[in-house]
Amino acid sequence: MTDTKRSWLTTSPVAAVLLPVVGLIGAIALWWLATVVFGIDSYLLPGPQDVVSTFLDQPAYLLKETGTSMIETVEGFLLAIVLGVPIAVLIVRSVILERLVYPLLLMVNAIPKIAIAPLLVVWMGFGQWPKVVMVLLVCFFPIVISTAQGMKSTPVELVELLRSLNASRIQEFFKLRLRYAMPQIFTGLKVAISLAVIGSVIAEFVGATQGLGYVIQQSGASADTSLAFAAITLLSIMSIVLFYGLVLLEHLLLPWAQETR
Amino acid sequence: MIRLDGVGQVFDGREGQVTALEEIDLHVRPGEFVTLIGRSGCGKSTLLRLIAGLLPPTYGEVRVADEPVTRPRRDVSFMFQRPALLPWRSVLSNVMLPVEIEGDKGRAAYRDRAHELLELVGLKGFEGRLPHELSGGMQQRVSLCRSLIRDPQVMLMDEPFSALDALTRTELSGELQRIKMELSTTIVFVTHSIEEAVVLADRVVVLTPRPGRVREVVDIDIPRPRSLGRNAHLTEVAEISGLLHGLLAEKEARPVDEVRP
Ligand SMILES: Nc1ncnc2c1ncn2[C@@H]1O[C@H](COP(=O)(O)OP(=O)(O)O)[C@@H](O)[C@H]1O
Ligand SMILES: [Mg+2]
Repeated sequence: MTDTKRSWLTTSPVAAVLLPVVGLIGAIALWWLATVVFGIDSYLLPGPQDVVSTFLDQPAYLLKETGTSMIETVEGFLLAIVLGVPIAVLIVRSVILERLVYPLLLMVNAIPKIAIAPLLVVWMGFGQWPKVVMVLLVCFFPIVISTAQGMKSTPVELVELLRSLNASRIQEFFKLRLRYAMPQIFTGLKVAISLAVIGSVIAEFVGATQGLGYVIQQSGASADTSLAFAAITLLSIMSIVLFYGLVLLEHLLLPWAQETR
Repeated sequence: MIRLDGVGQVFDGREGQVTALEEIDLHVRPGEFVTLIGRSGCGKSTLLRLIAGLLPPTYGEVRVADEPVTRPRRDVSFMFQRPALLPWRSVLSNVMLPVEIEGDKGRAAYRDRAHELLELVGLKGFEGRLPHELSGGMQQRVSLCRSLIRDPQVMLMDEPFSALDALTRTELSGELQRIKMELSTTIVFVTHSIEEAVVLADRVVVLTPRPGRVREVVDIDIPRPRSLGRNAHLTEVAEISGLLHGLLAEKEARPVDEVRP
């Protein structure tokens, strides 16, 4: 009896969707229960109902700020792809370039990004650029690394095959190497997108007039904990949406990759 | 069709130079089926890659159809031990790869030809599948179709069936002989199975261990079609196999081989 129950919970696709929902609802219920049972003041820990009502007080405002953060995040992320992938390609193609650039990349990556945030404000002001650049900085490295690794993993026999067909270098790149690297590139992108959200919030903490990071910072100043919680919730929803957007894209673009790996 | 004159190949290995092939003189007539046997590491693959134009010989001359080989030719196809299919391409589009790489001319006609070839090897109905959905034998059949799509004058095959189970291997060698009779292609086929070499070949070329030289060329006059499994000419096959075995084994006593495990 228990056996069949367990197998249903592990195998059924309905359960696969239902279980996380149950977990989430359970956690929220516990949270609510804790605030009630221990009588915690709402400026210390607001209950879920406070957070929801804070959101419902000003949904347009909060959604607009979410949009701002989202756009900065996506712009920085796309910029990191546009710059990172070609650089990875160059690194793979030339040993000299790899030796020249790679340590530099490592060094830049080693800098705690939050330490640069105030500098970016000095250089670029309070607009969206310092945020986009911050996102770019945090995303860049994982994208370069995963792309470079992916490009290096092309099996020799496939390269030899294309050579035997008299393929040009460009054909070899687009028809083979880049395609072959795609699953690994996506692995890098999924790491990068989570970092991207963190990057945009950091940048907004330091010098911004809008965005969810700015909302959180302001709410701290006025001890409006519910507002901070609402903003944090929106941030994590945004992060999850972006992440699963990538997962979906990967499924659509690389149906072959799930099986071969 | 294929002519090698005084061909030698020396590689720069990590521990100095490695002579892979030495003084190879070989003449393959049009429409002939030549199999190449020799111990592993004796330079069989290297010899094929020289004929394919994937590797320039250190000395000597390689000619195909009376022209010196300087790069891969469109009328010479190469088939590898592993299927070397692009995992994101359907069966049909893998077969069409050589045509696609060459350019657009006559795509439609080649597409019909691809369907024809796939039907010939029993893959009708699998055109839209991805490689990972096929068994190893089916994958190698796709690879065979791909090497036939441009109606090659010469097919170079590097142990193409050695990764397959015995039954599939027998089937495929039967199919290859049928195709061969139909198309009168010139084939150079590397194998480490003596029996396979005898069953397939008009002539068997035996190479010595490193450096590879032509030890002996044995004519096979057994009438076709021949089969790897049940065989009307078992005694002849056994007799020649024994002879070849002797030729291969005789070199074992030489000290050069004792170095290698
Ligand atoms: N690109 C290369 N660089 C250095 N040595 C090579 C290279 N290709 C092959 N060799 C050497 O040449 C010899 C013959 O190799 P190969 O033609 O692959 O043998 P076979 O196919 O008969 O097993 C081997 O000793 C191998 O180590
Ligand atoms: Mg080999």
